[in-house]
Amino acid sequence: MIRALTLSLALIATPVLAVQPDEILADPVLEARARDLSKDLRCLVCRNENIDDSNADLARDLRLLLRERLVAGDTDAEAMDYIVARYGEYVLLNPTSQGANLLLWIAGPLMLVLGGGIAFAYLRRRRQDGDAPPEALTPEEEKRLAELLAPKK
Amino acid sequence: MIVEFGHFALILAFFVALIQTVMPLIGAQKRWSGWMAVGESAAVVQVLLVTASFAALTYAFVTSDFSVALVVANSHTLKPMLYKISGVWGNHEGSLLLWVLILAVFGASVAWFGGNLPPTLRARVIAVQGSIGVAFMAFMLLTSNPFLRLETPPFNGKDLNPLLQDPGLAFHPPFLYLGYVGLSVAFSFAVAALIEGRVDAAWGRWVRPWTLAAWVFLTIGIALGSWWAYYELGWGGFWFWDPVENASFMPWLIGAALLHSAIVVEKREALKAWTILLAILAFGFSLIGTFIVRSGVITSVHAFANDPERGVFILLILGFFMGGALMLFAARASAMEAKGLFAPVSRESALVANNLLLAVSCFVVFVGTIWPLVAELLWDRKLSVGEPFFNAAFTPFMVVLALLLPIGAIMPWKRALLGRSLRALWPAAVLALSLMLLAYAVQTGRSALGPIGLGLGAWVVFGALTELWQRAGRGPLAGRLGRIARLPRADWGKAVAHGGFGVTTFAVAAMMAWQVEDIRTMNVGESYDLRGYTVTLASVEKETGPNYFTTKAAFDITRNGAAVATVYPEKRVYPVAGMPTTEAGIDYGFTRDLYMVIGDAQENGSWAVRSYFKPFANWIWGGAFLMALGGVISLADRRYRVAAGQRARKLNAVPAE
Repeated sequence: MIRALTLSLALIATPVLAVQPDEILADPVLEARARDLSKDLRCLVCRNENIDDSNADLARDLRLLLRERLVAGDTDAEAMDYIVARYGEYVLLNPTSQGANLLLWIAGPLMLVLGGGIAFAYLRRRRQDGDAPPEALTPEEEKRLAELLAPKK
Repeated sequence: MIVEFGHFALILAFFVALIQTVMPLIGAQKRWSGWMAVGESAAVVQVLLVTASFAALTYAFVTSDFSVALVVANSHTLKPMLYKISGVWGNHEGSLLLWVLILAVFGASVAWFGGNLPPTLRARVIAVQGSIGVAFMAFMLLTSNPFLRLETPPFNGKDLNPLLQDPGLAFHPPFLYLGYVGLSVAFSFAVAALIEGRVDAAWGRWVRPWTLAAWVFLTIGIALGSWWAYYELGWGGFWFWDPVENASFMPWLIGAALLHSAIVVEKREALKAWTILLAILAFGFSLIGTFIVRSGVITSVHAFANDPERGVFILLILGFFMGGALMLFAARASAMEAKGLFAPVSRESALVANNLLLAVSCFVVFVGTIWPLVAELLWDRKLSVGEPFFNAAFTPFMVVLALLLPIGAIMPWKRALLGRSLRALWPAAVLALSLMLLAYAVQTGRSALGPIGLGLGAWVVFGALTELWQRAGRGPLAGRLGRIARLPRADWGKAVAHGGFGVTTFAVAAMMAWQVEDIRTMNVGESYDLRGYTVTLASVEKETGPNYFTTKAAFDITRNGAAVATVYPEKRVYPVAGMPTTEAGIDYGFTRDLYMVIGDAQENGSWAVRSYFKPFANWIWGGAFLMALGGVISLADRRYRVAAGQRARKLNAVPAE
């Protein structure tokens, strides 16, 4: 049993941790930029993880590629464009606001304005309406009320 | 045999739920008290049957009965007992059974504790609750039967996903489900009220404790999940805006809005239609969450295509309950005219603002969660919506909410004077502002996030304290303190929960702004400095656990020569599931956590080491715990215990006569 376990253990590739010591750039300014950008890039084979946190090999490749571009003198935008050109829009965790995505970005504010408008109209009406007469009791409730009000023995 | 018995009990429970749905509804319509009473007995029988069914499945897991397909897929003889039991709900079929069990428990609770409800309303609530049970049991029996047997049982199981073999995650799903499913009671109350065509203050009072209880469970469930992610995933993140997390967060937000708006219904008989709508939506988001998690549609559109049966079934359930409830709402909502009048500046208006902010922030989370799906279906664009989007689009609403909260909470009902409320709060505002400036001056770096978070959190906490102080009236200090202690529990619950929101707000900002990270390679015996702490790698050993192999490091942490702690981060491999996990070594502290992770061995014999200084980490869950505690205190308020008190008086009265 144990031998079988050991064998299967040997077959499992040990995971690489997120950002490895050997990846870190010597220049702290460049490294800080790389870390910031990494947080906006998706690890393509992971579930909703950025490449900075991911243990996957592909994430490591992307981290190295990004650092290569930065060392080569790319600006942040150029480096990101370079990666998007190769891996597609899917790689961006922070969606652009181009085209239909504009809708995604303004959905919240739009809803707030809409809801705020409805709420405002409601609040105005609440002030102007006269006091509504209390709802009449149903016959059962009348009966129950009479029971409750009846003097206790 | 026991497994077949469990299956049979579930089928029987399905038919009992059918009876529970149909007979009380007809009874309530025709005013036949006998038919209405059937619902209560049926609810109790249903809970007994589902419990038996659940016990049978648990038995199969505990005894490692590998003739059951589900046990094979999710268990192993070497697994510790706790995880054999938690394995029951660590998978799709078993967690559905847990869901149905909790649903049945809530249905029976309405029968047990609903003694003071009008009989027709009680019958209808139980019937609607039963109908949800019918839908989910049909779903289980038709597409996800947990009791399926294998023709040739294997020698051993495939083990539970190792990430799930953890105490935090063993209890995370049950709490979440108590929350999700608890919201079904609010939904049942809403639909029953729509059928009755009547919503009044009493309805608000009845529905609120259920919502509050569900919300408390949801809070605990989410906090447990987030805490688990923090210590288990290996880099101390606590919230990822993952679709599955959002699935639990959306009902939480709407639930929070609902329990606030139900107060307005209860105290002022206003916002009735809106509150009903929230009750429907809260459970709707629970169902959407179920759909997202179970169909896998958001993770990948293709996962849905692989197993369309389940996804389509949940969509049908969602469509039926939401469509039905919303149609009923459209037909009846106009009948619910509000009675209470109030000025634009008043507690009522503040609660409207609260509801608006919570609902819109939920909407933002919803749109962000489904956007990848929408974009792919409509424009064939494959894109991601991740953390940066949610941080940018969601946070502003929380900031405004935190800014308004103390002001709204301190305002009187009906008509408030803004000046007076603000005057009462100026000490809290000054304190919060000075803390903010102090933090800005002291911190290294020029981040605005930390100070703003501290200022907001302090403002909310001091605001809650100010309110308690105000409620105590005037007079000498001793008398005032005595009166604070005797305030109704609802007031205490409110202050504690609001304070908890402030604490979490601060802690999240503090963690994001002030955390320190260190990545390096080091040999055994070497030391380095982490934010004033000296960390030494004392040893690295290979060990064997009950069902895993581990590389275990020991880090000695000292400060100015004095020992602080020794932590043991691990890197485990679970051979059966073929999965590695990281177990961080964490020294928990009141104002900071030291978070150590051991990485791979390097070629030259040294080790990769990641470490973090996490300021105020525990405060994130501490704040969540305070929010839940506030809910519990509020639940213990006298007005919810009145019915119980009456029963006790009656019992006491008998011997006296």
